[in-house]
Amino acid sequence: MTTPLAEVASSPSTLRAFLHGLPGVDRVGADARAAMLGTRSIKTTAKKQAIDMAIGMVDLTTLEGADTPGKVRAMCAKAVRPDPADASVPPVAAVCVYPDLVATAVEALAGSGVKVASVATSFPSGRSSLEVKVAETSLAVAAGAAEIDMVIDRGAFLAGDYLKVYEEIVATKEACADAHLKVILETGELATYDNVRRASWLAMIAGADFIKTSTGKVSPAATLPVTLVMLEAVRDFLAATGRKVGVKPAGGIRTTKDAIKYLVLVNETAGPDWLHPDWFRLGASSLLNDLLMQRQKMATGRYAGPDYFTLD
Amino acid sequence: MFEYAPAPESRDIVDIRPSYGLFINGEWVEPQGEERHKTVNPATEEVLAEVAWAGEADVDRAVQAAAKAFPVWSAMPGAERAKYLFRIARIIQERARELAVLETLDNGKPIRESRDVDLPLVAAHFFYYAGWADKLSYAGFGPDPRPLGVAGQVIPWNFPLLMLAWKIAPALACGNTVVLKPAETTPLTALAFAEICRQADLPPGVVNIVTGAGETGAALVNHPGVDKVAFTGSTEVGRLIARSLAGIRKKLTLELGGKAANIVFEDAPLDQAVEGIVNGIFFNQGHVCCAGSRLLVQESVAADLLEALKRRLGTLRLGDPLDKNTDIGAINSAEQLAKIRELSEAGEAEGAERWSPACPIPDRGYWFPPTVFTGVAQSHRIAREEIFGPVLSVLTFRTPAEAVEKANNTPYGLSAGVWTEKGSLMLWMASRLRAGVVWSNTFNRFDPTSPFGGYKESGYGREGGRHGLEAYLAV
Amino acid sequence: MSERTERLSVRKTYKLFIGGAFPRSESGRSYVVTSSKGDFLANAARASRKDARDAVSAARKAFPGWSGATAYNRGQILYRIAEMLEGRRAQFAAEVADADGVSAKKAGELVDAAVDRLVWYAGWSDKIGAVLGSANPVAGPYFNLSSPEPTGVVAVVAPQAGPLLGLVSVIAPVIVTGNTCVVVASERAPLPAITLAEVLATSDLPGGVVNILTGSAAEMAPWLAGHMDVNGVDLTGAGPELAVTCEELAAENLKRVLRPPADRVDWLADPGIERMTAFLETKTVWHPIGI
Repeated sequence: MTTPLAEVASSPSTLRAFLHGLPGVDRVGADARAAMLGTRSIKTTAKKQAIDMAIGMVDLTTLEGADTPGKVRAMCAKAVRPDPADASVPPVAAVCVYPDLVATAVEALAGSGVKVASVATSFPSGRSSLEVKVAETSLAVAAGAAEIDMVIDRGAFLAGDYLKVYEEIVATKEACADAHLKVILETGELATYDNVRRASWLAMIAGADFIKTSTGKVSPAATLPVTLVMLEAVRDFLAATGRKVGVKPAGGIRTTKDAIKYLVLVNETAGPDWLHPDWFRLGASSLLNDLLMQRQKMATGRYAGPDYFTLD
Repeated sequence: MFEYAPAPESRDIVDIRPSYGLFINGEWVEPQGEERHKTVNPATEEVLAEVAWAGEADVDRAVQAAAKAFPVWSAMPGAERAKYLFRIARIIQERARELAVLETLDNGKPIRESRDVDLPLVAAHFFYYAGWADKLSYAGFGPDPRPLGVAGQVIPWNFPLLMLAWKIAPALACGNTVVLKPAETTPLTALAFAEICRQADLPPGVVNIVTGAGETGAALVNHPGVDKVAFTGSTEVGRLIARSLAGIRKKLTLELGGKAANIVFEDAPLDQAVEGIVNGIFFNQGHVCCAGSRLLVQESVAADLLEALKRRLGTLRLGDPLDKNTDIGAINSAEQLAKIRELSEAGEAEGAERWSPACPIPDRGYWFPPTVFTGVAQSHRIAREEIFGPVLSVLTFRTPAEAVEKANNTPYGLSAGVWTEKGSLMLWMASRLRAGVVWSNTFNRFDPTSPFGGYKESGYGREGGRHGLEAYLAV
Repeated sequence: MSERTERLSVRKTYKLFIGGAFPRSESGRSYVVTSSKGDFLANAARASRKDARDAVSAARKAFPGWSGATAYNRGQILYRIAEMLEGRRAQFAAEVADADGVSAKKAGELVDAAVDRLVWYAGWSDKIGAVLGSANPVAGPYFNLSSPEPTGVVAVVAPQAGPLLGLVSVIAPVIVTGNTCVVVASERAPLPAITLAEVLATSDLPGGVVNILTGSAAEMAPWLAGHMDVNGVDLTGAGPELAVTCEELAAENLKRVLRPPADRVDWLADPGIERMTAFLETKTVWHPIGI
């Protein structure tokens, strides 16, 4: 399988030349643009629309050492029916778990339409051999994962070994078969926006279906300006190649207000075509209940309390 | 689609009186003449209030009040003057939302800008100069710099309260007293400021506000009791003032027009350059003397940049200035709108290509869509004359030297922008641009600590920073 | 009831101020603080070297945020401190009168002067760079700009006299430029310092920017002067012998030292800018100019 622009990865030097030829990102300007979009005031009907849109984009996530089948089954129930008291609440997009819990999630979600995503490739550090990463991906896919959230080798990226990063993504994509591949850049470790832009393009050239900000295990996780830079990348990649790639900020998105800021960012950067769970996801756990509380506030006119929403 | 529902800022927060007098010697007084003018909301053409039109006798009364207050105010310890200015700064912060709404109503600028740009800068300006009041001996103008006396100040309508702050804060910090005339189309925040002076218990006569049009301004700057004239406005009027003060011992500072070049090199951070171009010319509907009205783009990236710019302009939201999501508000007046239209038509007639995004225009009020002219030559009027509206003229260049040559090829010299990630090139450009402010990888940034002002026909003197003190001291 | 019994007042416990919190001394020690007339006022915490060490850690932790804040923001916070101090004028006047034995009127004037001193320094935050910085016309194609930057963590031995005005006059110039500090309050009259800490804690000043220790300067100052993570030391309140000891200790990592004044200081006088420049570095940036 060849992907658009794959020829730039024909050698370390061509890949490096391409990535370093991308326009730079001025941090102050990008921060200012993201902050300005953060001032958009989304009220009344727009807020209702945004809340349901955001719920439908959530990748409900549990990635703890203490995860158990019981915990995952409970979360799956929540994913299908976020508010037991209100059937009009849409289900979330997917649940995201570790590979060994994929089978449990697949069983719990059978027939629901909610997808199962699995992290893989020695999440979160990515510090293992390619063989192990590919094997882990294959196991997750075999267990029924429809989406794989891989991590890139940040060490290799920061050392300038872009081709190694590229080849790992290509190999993981191959192991995914029909599963969608989300590539986690771990932008908090890449540190600069120039690196975020380069890593975004690198992942897209290597075949990523989605580019994702963070594992959630490193601070800072998702931020508005980093997501802005990634949205610019998918926008420009579509223009350059005709292939559309999705974006997933993950980690640290806890409130409805935050989530809506991300939707505004999508709307005014990549454009409204991206405002669909096929093209934009929010990796989160506690965000869902805040969305439900805000939704109830919109419906009843009263501020909601956390005791009235399930904790799964 | 994701349509943003209307999100209007409440206008109930402001209390506009039906009619205003003049603020002289700490009191509201009626003008001697009968003439009054209506100030309108340019977004709706609704009349907001009637204001007095000060004649020569009224101006004389105001100048006398200022002259009477001068010995007290100038002799007061700097630390005490400082505390008055700090008080004013605090009151502005406390009433910021109210003032932002009032500014938007009277001026037409989006609430997002009056709330997030104008008002924070207004308060910051008073804070900054408050701190200088007791530190003048450290400012580099001698051990004991003295104030000048009565300052006559005339300000424009594009940033009504911010221009007031730029004028009044340094004048008062240095120990001068002032008579200020706001623009005829935007007097309301200056009149609200008069109330703030009262809340701050500022001694009577230290600040006097007289409303009116050109004749009022002329009476003020030519009044023999005025020791210092500060004017922000058009180059045409600035020239008249300079001529009328010839041979008269009045200190004069002028902040006039501009036709700034915003210069984008091929190695620029392009997404941020696009934002900078938008901010450069569409901020405040382009009613900015330092607006980046000429885009000079290196030919090698011109096509990509213009495509990105046009895409970005498609997301601009024009409409109700009080809506918190509005990016482009109303043109301030019918006169200004006519001028923008006239020059835009000249641009088309001279052969430049005109483009605007699809952009619904409200039925009432004064509006002009964001407009880009490509294929502009240096000889076109739209490349030479200040339009003072949301109209961008795009020219291309090949080398840094050509960019400098084109950028400097204007009688103006207020500001310039340079977009490149190469620091040495940026500094090379900055050293050759004949402009008072050079922004690199940003545009239209203002800060009370940073001097602002022009070369050539953009005026003389600086406002802001340590340099801004000089205009109000006998040095 | 026709007869009123006099109400027994609730006294305040005076503790240390470290990292924005008010801990007791880790040593568990306290000492008696009396008024100028010898009456018992309070048991103040007698800080130990370990408290001093903790205070230095807190100051170091606060340094990146405080020095990285905009000058405008620092100025606003100093002004806020002045506002809060003015709001507690009566309380401070009473404490100063008790501690210093001055008249109520004089004490009020000293508090007013302390408020005005804070306002004066608040204004310096975004001006000191313009006064001390420069664009240097070097002979070559270079942009060359010098600007002041804060030294880092400064240990301050506050004056023994002037428990409020003197204290404010040594703290404000250190922090306004972006330094953080550990202050050893007047040993004899420490109470206004801890009440000032209450003002600092409620003025948006980030925890750790100012840390206040009460107790023996002779005990703590040498530990601070010798501390290798302290960048400067203001010995204003140290006696001649202690000052020399501290200056010797400070030499080990070449701390910036502000020596005690030769004469008695009139804290009401114009302070000048020396107290700020003592704890500022100058950074010069070179950058080529060319296409």
